[in-house]
Amino acid sequence: MATNGKATHTLVALVQDKPGVLNRVSSMFRRRGYNIASLAVGHSEIPNLSRMTFVVEGDDATVEQATKQLYKLIDVVRVNKLSDTDSVSREMALIKVKSTVQTRSEIIQMVEIFKANIVDVSPDSMIIEVTGDQEKIDSFHNLLEPFGVKEVMRTGRVAMDRGPSSSHGLDKSSKL
Amino acid sequence: MVCESLLREGVDLVFGLPGGAILPLYQTMPEYPQLRHILVRHEQGAAMAADGYYRASGRVGVAFATSGPGATNLITGIACANMDSSAMVCITGQVARASIGKDAFQEGDTTGVTLPVTKHNYLVMKAADIPRVVKEAFHIAKTGRPGPVLIDIPKDVFIEQAEFEYPDEVDLPGYKPTLEGHPTQIKKAAKLINEAKKPVILAGHGVIISRAFDELKDLAEKAEIPVITTLLGLSSFPETHVLSVGMPGMHGVAYASLAIDESDLLISLGARFDDRVTGRISSFAPNAKIIHIDIDPAVIGQNVKTLVPIVGDVRRVLRALNKQVEGASHTEWLDQIEKLRSEHPSLRLPDNTKLTQQFILKQLSDITKGKAIIVTGVGQHQMWAAQLYTFSEPNTMITSGGAGAMGFEVPAAMGAQLARPNEVVWSIAGDGGFQMTMSELATIVENKIPVKFAIMNNNFLGMVRQWQHMFYNDTFYATEYTGNPDFVALAKAFGIMGLRVTDKTQVADAINSANDHDGPVVVDFVVDPEENVYPMIPPGESINELVEAPDQLAAVLEANPDMMPPS
Repeated sequence: MATNGKATHTLVALVQDKPGVLNRVSSMFRRRGYNIASLAVGHSEIPNLSRMTFVVEGDDATVEQATKQLYKLIDVVRVNKLSDTDSVSREMALIKVKSTVQTRSEIIQMVEIFKANIVDVSPDSMIIEVTGDQEKIDSFHNLLEPFGVKEVMRTGRVAMDRGPSSSHGLDKSSKL
Repeated sequence: MVCESLLREGVDLVFGLPGGAILPLYQTMPEYPQLRHILVRHEQGAAMAADGYYRASGRVGVAFATSGPGATNLITGIACANMDSSAMVCITGQVARASIGKDAFQEGDTTGVTLPVTKHNYLVMKAADIPRVVKEAFHIAKTGRPGPVLIDIPKDVFIEQAEFEYPDEVDLPGYKPTLEGHPTQIKKAAKLINEAKKPVILAGHGVIISRAFDELKDLAEKAEIPVITTLLGLSSFPETHVLSVGMPGMHGVAYASLAIDESDLLISLGARFDDRVTGRISSFAPNAKIIHIDIDPAVIGQNVKTLVPIVGDVRRVLRALNKQVEGASHTEWLDQIEKLRSEHPSLRLPDNTKLTQQFILKQLSDITKGKAIIVTGVGQHQMWAAQLYTFSEPNTMITSGGAGAMGFEVPAAMGAQLARPNEVVWSIAGDGGFQMTMSELATIVENKIPVKFAIMNNNFLGMVRQWQHMFYNDTFYATEYTGNPDFVALAKAFGIMGLRVTDKTQVADAINSANDHDGPVVVDFVVDPEENVYPMIPPGESINELVEAPDQLAAVLEANPDMMPPS
């Protein structure tokens, strides 16, 4: 997958839920000159473990090094590189767009096509929530632009392997 | 809590300097006479002494410092240990929990500033966690690729009451170093070794850390493979051995770099292909397949492309590998290296009457029969010590390699001597580095630590001067030391025996007197400032740009106008 012409890769890391762990990870990326295009963090299904999804820019060798360096961090339990074809990835965006009596219905049509949601309406604007892969959100954003986009808030990418197996190979009841 | 935990880890020696935030810990020290405390004069000395202690003994070095400036003073020493894989546990005091984040007096974000230079670190927010954290810290520091671990403890946590329960095991799901090499990879490696016509071994620090001296010798002798050693790999293989080829790279002997250039198989053992070894990567070992054995997966493939990577402890991997390696002889290849050696005699002493560092180090090597523990600083004297001292005993070279921290030579020698009290420790110092940490002479006197210091006093930052000469048109700016103290008088002021040597004829006597003296000695060798280290492969270049003697420099620079400025 490519953004800005650079190759990107998705890494998912299972990390111990300890203070400073995000700092350790981001500090390592900065120190070694790796570029993070996006980062999302949240609790996992296993107690005391969080899952981080990174979108890393760079060639295969860079991503391999980044993976190894992640593993060197004591709080990182597992790192998986997801392939673009065998994984599902989603981002979410909140987009605040100008709307008038004349444009409102046209915007609502667009929202329906993109299976987005209107989450707030005021007399001259609305907030739309849209979920999907990066391209979908990019194109939705571009289509709204002529109406006057006032603010965009995007999350980082979260991603998961397709199929029945879990990326970490750990049992949910693993003692950690 | 802290002292009890340290005793459980078998610690009996600590380097430190107290201050407000760590005072509660120091107040418990009188109850623990088993823990010897060496009071340093600067916290950098504590960290570097702990590093020297680990390298000489294999036992984790421990350093104490207070919050804020105490902790930041440790950092150069910690960074040095981190680059060179030294196991160290630093315990720092922090301001009381309620004051954290309030810019309190002597507050510092110690875990923040040490994050990039430690293997791991901790801020302990309750006393009950201390035993577990100490247990984990020692485990992380000494296993896998060793490194420094820092534990920051707020002042009020030291005095908080809690049940002391020392865990038997650590529970670190994210930390499981691979020790045994993968059998398939070992099989592949053995096949390559058995098929190679011109194999070389590149032995690094990992051989020393894993104490794989015998295993390395077995492999080298069984398959008759010449052994090249990196700077930190010096003393992993006896240099008196017929298969020893010496150090390659920027200031290595030319025949070692040339042997790598011509080899068809490079077996790297616990080395990480630093730029000082490889020069320009694209021209490094162009004909060789590479087997890379290292405990740290991240150094494999980091700088050079590897055909057979093996992650594991060097000693264990070699034990498995040696069983599959067939006996062989490579007479033709050894003859070829011998020819390189005679065509490129890199260790010729300058033929003049001047007192040179090369001459002194050769004499020191001869007199001590290559058996002293050598601790060096960083720069010309370090390179000449690496070149001219014939390391014949295992683990006798202690030097700041990766970080290249000047000033290492004084405290690290102190730590090494405390680790091995019955051996002779010679600290090879530059006048520049010595003046960075010479305050530790007071520590040395106080604790009767009999280190012998050989100051290579050229009144210059010699290696920087050499670069100014070679690459910056002789612009000798800010490298001359015009205000050096009288080192003999300085030694005497500390109550240490001081000797001065200004002439070749005095060298042997001075070394012998120092060896015979049962206390510390400072020898001020007043050496020629214009002598430069050769051979030299200019930074970022390859063996083709090798400069073996001063008169070749101009030609190399002329042929490579793009070389400047180097990095």
